[in-house]
Amino acid sequence: MEIKEHGPWISADGPHSDVVMSCRARLARNIAGFPFVNSATQTQRHELINLARQVLLGSDLAEGMIWVDLTRATQRDRELLVERHLISKNLAEADIERAVAVSGDETLSVMVNEEDHLRMQILAPGLALSEVHRRIHNVDDAIEARIDYAFSKRWGYLTACPTNVGTGIRFSVMMHLPALKIINEIDRVRRAAKDLHLAVRGYYGEGSESSGDFYQISNQVTLGKSEEELLAELEAKILPRIIDYEHHARRVLAERNETVLDDQIHRALGVLRSARLMRVDEAMKLLSRVRLAVCLGRFPEIDANLINRLFLQVQPAHLQLQAGRDLPAAKMQETRAAVLRQALS
Amino acid sequence: MPRAMKCDFCDNPAVVHETSIKHGVKHEIHLCEEHAKAAGLPVSGPQPIEQLLTQFVVTKSGSRPRTSKKTCPSCGMSFAKFRQAGVVGCPDCYEAFEKRLGPMIERAQNGGTSHCGKCPRRGGGSIDRQLRIQRMIKDLEDAVAAEQYERAAELRDRLQALEAEVPAADTESAAPERA
Repeated sequence: MEIKEHGPWISADGPHSDVVMSCRARLARNIAGFPFVNSATQTQRHELINLARQVLLGSDLAEGMIWVDLTRATQRDRELLVERHLISKNLAEADIERAVAVSGDETLSVMVNEEDHLRMQILAPGLALSEVHRRIHNVDDAIEARIDYAFSKRWGYLTACPTNVGTGIRFSVMMHLPALKIINEIDRVRRAAKDLHLAVRGYYGEGSESSGDFYQISNQVTLGKSEEELLAELEAKILPRIIDYEHHARRVLAERNETVLDDQIHRALGVLRSARLMRVDEAMKLLSRVRLAVCLGRFPEIDANLINRLFLQVQPAHLQLQAGRDLPAAKMQETRAAVLRQALS
Repeated sequence: MPRAMKCDFCDNPAVVHETSIKHGVKHEIHLCEEHAKAAGLPVSGPQPIEQLLTQFVVTKSGSRPRTSKKTCPSCGMSFAKFRQAGVVGCPDCYEAFEKRLGPMIERAQNGGTSHCGKCPRRGGGSIDRQLRIQRMIKDLEDAVAAEQYERAAELRDRLQALEAEVPAADTESAAPERA
C-alpha cells in the first residue's frame, strides 16, 4: 500500500492552530435492506463490502481514491492508517471482512463495516468545522445518489448504536492543552465538557489515552437538533471558551511561573536533541512541551509544522515505514531517538 | 392407518371423510371430490406447504402470528440482547422496540426525541421497498430451512403486508438514473 508522506491536516497553519491541531466531521450511515454489521452474516458483510466499493469507486469521489481491503492488509499498514487518524483502532483490530476508502489527499476516509456500514469523515487542520461540515455533506450526497440509506422519519438516519441515531454526525476537534495540564486544570475541562454533553477522548479517539496533552472533544448528542445547530453550539459557543481557557493558562504560566516554564521547555528540547533511546509516550510528552514553547514564540528557529510532523513520525508504524522494515522494540527506541535528534538539531 | 377407501357412491378414491355421531350412533361417509362437492361438503385439495405451515405454526405458537414486542421480526434480535450489547440488530429494531427504546434514546440524547436534521434526497421508497422484499424472502426461506417456524410466520405476515402496500412512492418519485 502506497502512503503519501502525510495528510494536509498536519499543517500548523490552520485557524487557531496554536490550540486546535485538527478537526473532523464524521457521518454514520447504513445501507437499507441489510442488518447492521454486528448482526449481519458473513455473506451479507461481503455483499456490503462489494456494494460500498462499487458505490464509492463509481461516484464523483472516485478520482484518486484508494480502496484498502483491511482483511488482506498487513498489520503495519493497518497501524499506519490508525496513526494517520484515517481508521479507528476498532476497525484495524476487528476480524471480520472490512475495508476503508481514502481520498488521494487523505482528507476523506470512508470506513466500511465498522460499527455502521459506512463511517465517512473529513479531516482538516486547525479549527475549520464549517468547512469540514460542508465537505462531508457533499460526500454524503455523492454516496446517497447511488444507494439508499436506512432512514426513518422519526429517528432519522438509523445506526447500530442509538447514541448515533438521527443526524449520525459527530464533530470533533483535537485540542492541544499543555498549559491546562501543567496547572492541573484538565479535570475542570472534563467536567465542564460533560455538563455540556461533550465527549472528551484521547489522541486516537474512543478508548485511547490523552498522550501529548491532546484531547479530542466532540458532541455527544446527535438527535433532536439539526447538524447546523450542533455545529454552531460547538464552534461558536463551546470551543472558543476552551481555547480562551488554554490561552489564559499559557499567559499565567508565562507571567507568573516563567522560570518553571522555561526550565520545562528547555529540558524537553535538550532531551529530544540528545537522547539515544526514546519511548513513544516520552516523545509525545516532550514534543508537547516544545510545541507549547513554539506557540509562545520561545523557539523561533523551530517550525510548528515540523513539530506536528514529528508527532506522527515517532509513532511505531511510521518509524518502521521510515526504517523500511519491521523493528523490534529496542531498535524502535533507538530509531525514534535518532529521528528526533536529526529533526531538531 | 386404513387402506385407501373408495367413495360411497362410485369407484373413485374418497377424499372427504366425515364421521358424525347422532343419538349415540356413529355414521361415517366417504366421498370422492365430485360427490363431496355435489353434497355441498368442503373439499380441501392437496395442501401447499405454506398452508400446512400456517396451520402448524398457529397450533405450535398458540397465538396470533403478530410481532412480539420483545423480538425484532426482521432480524430476530431480542430487546434483552440489545441491552446487553448496546447495539440493535437492524433498522427495523427501532420500530420493533419503540416503546422501550424511545425513553432510553431520549435520555441518551439529552431530551432529543425526533429527527429534525438532514433527510436523504430521494425518498428511497421504491428501491428500499424492493430491497426489503428481497431480503425478507431470503430470510423466510432460511427460517423455514432452519425450522424456525414462528419467525417464518412473522416474516410471511410482514411480507404479505409489504407486498399489499400500494407503492405510491414508485409513481411519484422518479428515482434518478444510477451512474
